[in-house]
Amino acid sequence: MDEPADKQRLDRDFTELYRAHLRDVYSYAYYRIGNHHDAEDLTEQTFLQAYRHFERAQRESDGRPLRPWLIRIAHNLAANYYRDRSRRPQTQLEDAAIISTPHDTERLVEGREEVQEVLEGVSNLPDDRREALIMRFALDMDNREIARALGRSEGATKVLIHRAIRQLEESLKEPARDE
Amino acid sequence: MSEVDVERLLRSALVPIEPSGALTDRLEQRLSELTATAADELADWELSSMRDPRNWVRPVAAVVIGGTAAGALVVVRARQQQRKRETSGLRALEKSVRGVAEDVQKRLRR
Repeated sequence: MDEPADKQRLDRDFTELYRAHLRDVYSYAYYRIGNHHDAEDLTEQTFLQAYRHFERAQRESDGRPLRPWLIRIAHNLAANYYRDRSRRPQTQLEDAAIISTPHDTERLVEGREEVQEVLEGVSNLPDDRREALIMRFALDMDNREIARALGRSEGATKVLIHRAIRQLEESLKEPARDE
Repeated sequence: MSEVDVERLLRSALVPIEPSGALTDRLEQRLSELTATAADELADWELSSMRDPRNWVRPVAAVVIGGTAAGALVVVRARQQQRKRETSGLRALEKSVRGVAEDVQKRLRR
């Protein structure tokens, strides 16, 4: 790339991408990592790396949305995060709930226990299943987008999500059986 | 509990999370710095391009500048004008060289 107009167009397009998907990347990072401090770092690194490779990604996207590519960067960085620090995700529901807009206070109090159980169940799923559920429910991505983000076929992604939900369903039934 | 119930619970639990203002500010600052660096590189490209005569006749793409880069449009237009002047100067030079060559050929034929 060596034309001025191209560089300006790229910066403008990247700004649009950033504005459209900052919340997606942050939500993914938070549910993947489990604490706000590291989720912020991961979000920042994701966008900085995306900026460096944006031109190529845009050229190769062939007009397809770039959100899966962005989430894939976050996914790779999160994998490095765990590999480097030998950490496991630690979901902190209360922090998430306080700053998330869709919860109102009343619903939050009523459903907190139930939601806590679900989040614990999600955090105990295998990595790929957990990620698929985060993408589907927190980011509202469809199967095609999730497949691109995870580097799988759409069929395999559909099966992955189905199995993740079934496994979670089973895990949520377990406490009831104990009682 | 059915699969539908689990999906409902998942939607309640995995809500989208707004990033903090501090993160947004920090990230936008970093991205602005990167964009500014890219703009500096662009200016360098312009200057080196002007120094290379091969680029004088290079077609200049329509430069679309918006937002923060609006001021640069004036600079680019000035450079385009400068290029046009230099290009026409080059053409005049080529024309005069061609005239001299034809004149020399005519004299040699005599």
